[in-house]
Amino acid sequence: MTTEAAATRGRPLVGLFVTCLVDLFRPSVGFAAIKLLEDAGACVEVPESQTCCGQPAYNSGDRGQAKAIARRVVESFERFDYVVAPSGSCAGMLKAHYPELLADDPSFAARARALAAKSYELTSFLVEVLHFAAVDASFAASVTYHDSCSGLRELKVRDAPRRLLASVADLTLTEMEETEVCCGFGGAFSVKYPDIANAIVEAKARNIVKSGVNCVLAGDLGCLLHIAGKLAREDRAIECRHVAEVLAGMAEGPAIGHARKIG
Amino acid sequence: MSRMSGGSDDASPQSFKEGASRALADAKLQRALLNVKRGFIAKRALAKSKLPEFDQLRDEGRAIKDHTLAHLDLYLEAYERKVIGCGGSVHFAPSAADARDIVLRLCQDAGAHLVTKGKSMVSEEIGLNPHLEAAGVEVAETDLGEHIIQIRGEGPSHIIAPVIHLNKEDIAEDFARAHRGLPQGRSLATVQDLVAEARAVLREKFLGADVGITGANLLIAETGSSVIVTNEGNGDLTQTLPRMHIVIASIEKIVPTLEDACTILRLLARSGTGQEITTYTTFATGPARAGDSDGPRQYHVVLLDNGRSEMLGSEFRDMLRCIRCGACLNHCPVYGAIGGHAYGSLYPGPMGAVLTPALAGIDHARDLPSASSFCGRCEEVCPMAIPLPSLMRKWRERDFERGDPPLAQRLALKLWAFAAKRPRLYHGLGGVVAPLLARLAGAQGRFRSLPFAGAWTGTRDLPAPEGKTFHELYREKTRSGMR
Repeated sequence: MTTEAAATRGRPLVGLFVTCLVDLFRPSVGFAAIKLLEDAGACVEVPESQTCCGQPAYNSGDRGQAKAIARRVVESFERFDYVVAPSGSCAGMLKAHYPELLADDPSFAARARALAAKSYELTSFLVEVLHFAAVDASFAASVTYHDSCSGLRELKVRDAPRRLLASVADLTLTEMEETEVCCGFGGAFSVKYPDIANAIVEAKARNIVKSGVNCVLAGDLGCLLHIAGKLAREDRAIECRHVAEVLAGMAEGPAIGHARKIG
Repeated sequence: MSRMSGGSDDASPQSFKEGASRALADAKLQRALLNVKRGFIAKRALAKSKLPEFDQLRDEGRAIKDHTLAHLDLYLEAYERKVIGCGGSVHFAPSAADARDIVLRLCQDAGAHLVTKGKSMVSEEIGLNPHLEAAGVEVAETDLGEHIIQIRGEGPSHIIAPVIHLNKEDIAEDFARAHRGLPQGRSLATVQDLVAEARAVLREKFLGADVGITGANLLIAETGSSVIVTNEGNGDLTQTLPRMHIVIASIEKIVPTLEDACTILRLLARSGTGQEITTYTTFATGPARAGDSDGPRQYHVVLLDNGRSEMLGSEFRDMLRCIRCGACLNHCPVYGAIGGHAYGSLYPGPMGAVLTPALAGIDHARDLPSASSFCGRCEEVCPMAIPLPSLMRKWRERDFERGDPPLAQRLALKLWAFAAKRPRLYHGLGGVVAPLLARLAGAQGRFRSLPFAGAWTGTRDLPAPEGKTFHELYREKTRSGMR
């Protein structure tokens, strides 16, 4: 047990990996994640030395920079019992890719593996590690859940968000068609191949509209920015929110990309 | 349509994007592409669900391929001995040009005027048809899809469904134009009409052919057999009726035993078309024996390398497990959006994005491994568990190491990485940019357009940041004792 863990009186000490998109675009998701983790019995800390998981470099083929950033993340988070991110994509980077990325670095290979073993996506951590399956929240809306690719396929996150959503009062979950199909975001892909990304998100928007819901939830802000951007361009009155906002009962603010009060 | 055989390759960096834009604007193509989703995906899912041991089978298939690749030289030699023992011949072709020349020479030795062909991606890869035709040999494709693209003068847009980019109305027009000597105004309205006409036209070719050329889905070292899977039976007529059968296959098609072949066949049909087994699965072992009532008098196998040996010793070795089922194409959102021709490569989709740079060089295929959102569905459905996104990333890494991405892109990445390694600078910048964007967006909460973000805002609004960054708000809360 770490000294911090001892200081938290047996509660698991979680390092919150905020993710760069949440940090920049939607801090409320980060605070929602903290609330959920604390409600579930964890002690949460947010290291200030964190920036990004390194995916922009990794997926652009810049392995050198990706490694440099990965080493910093390992250093920033290895003291925690767990590392949790409100994103399947960033958690997937830590869990599925860091061990391979740092495998040939003698002073980091084992540490990257250790970090990977304790890194989780938020909803699956709540359900599978903290056994927290019911939240105290209500959200009067008909929602659909978009399965983000990395979370779904690298981390097998599928049941956890749905199980938690089932405990939200007044919420109805309707599955859309092709919920497991990519939204076309793909990080830099969305601007390097904008026409293709747009065609893919158009198909996603069609499935969302067809499902008849008034709100789309997902566990990754990247997908949500993309989907919200498309729905807004099509003038659809459908909200997009991060699943953590709803689960934490913190979904009273404007939805992603929606009009808001200034002040 | 570029070919793998080198020469005048037009897959310049811009051509993929141009091809993609054309494809996205082509309403007929978009309608045809819906068939990929409606057909293949649902059928594969059903076939997989009916076979509870599918994942175990996949592990077995993968192990068979890995084992074979680790001992490829031994199995190729064993296979060659078996083929010779059965009365056939094996010709090794290091390059596409070698393979073309070998096949042409065999055809000329046989005095061939007409050659029938079963569907073969390897023959497309080496550019066989133009080579034979230039030497005065008529080539008749006998797979219905291949027959259609032959009369259209284009390449396949899918590795198992060459005309998935067409609707039946397009095909009716092609038949009316290309099938000469048939009554004008005949009905070509239904699929049955089209199939009946193709069958009648092709029957003449089958009966008149001097040489039949097929590919091979598998080559079996234990027996010296070549295996083809078809749903039309054209492959059987192609390889049985003429006096010479030429099999053209790449070296990684080999498996050790008949039992191994059966394991892979079970995966192949389910993954590709969603069938438990294809309508025809045909094993050919040597020429006709004394007393056989039919079969070719000569049996030749042309084994193509064309870059595979090099892949074997490289980080792209896993790609040699590919059994060409097409599942990765069918499940790829990019392929589903633009179809096969936009890739400017014979092998499209995720498997093409890994294979094409290996065979044709990254200079001819730079966009292919790049044009992926890394959604990972290809790897998920691959019956050989090929880590396609990881392999695409390796191509991106090679490309990056060579300094090939555009300067602006590399510079942006460099600046970003500089900041990402310096948390104080990074948070400082975020602390300026996020509130600024929030103010610029105003009450709207999003951007309809934004300088330097046109690539995004051309087709999608850009949601604006909420205001202060998370880290700034968190610091404030900590300081004020709220945390």
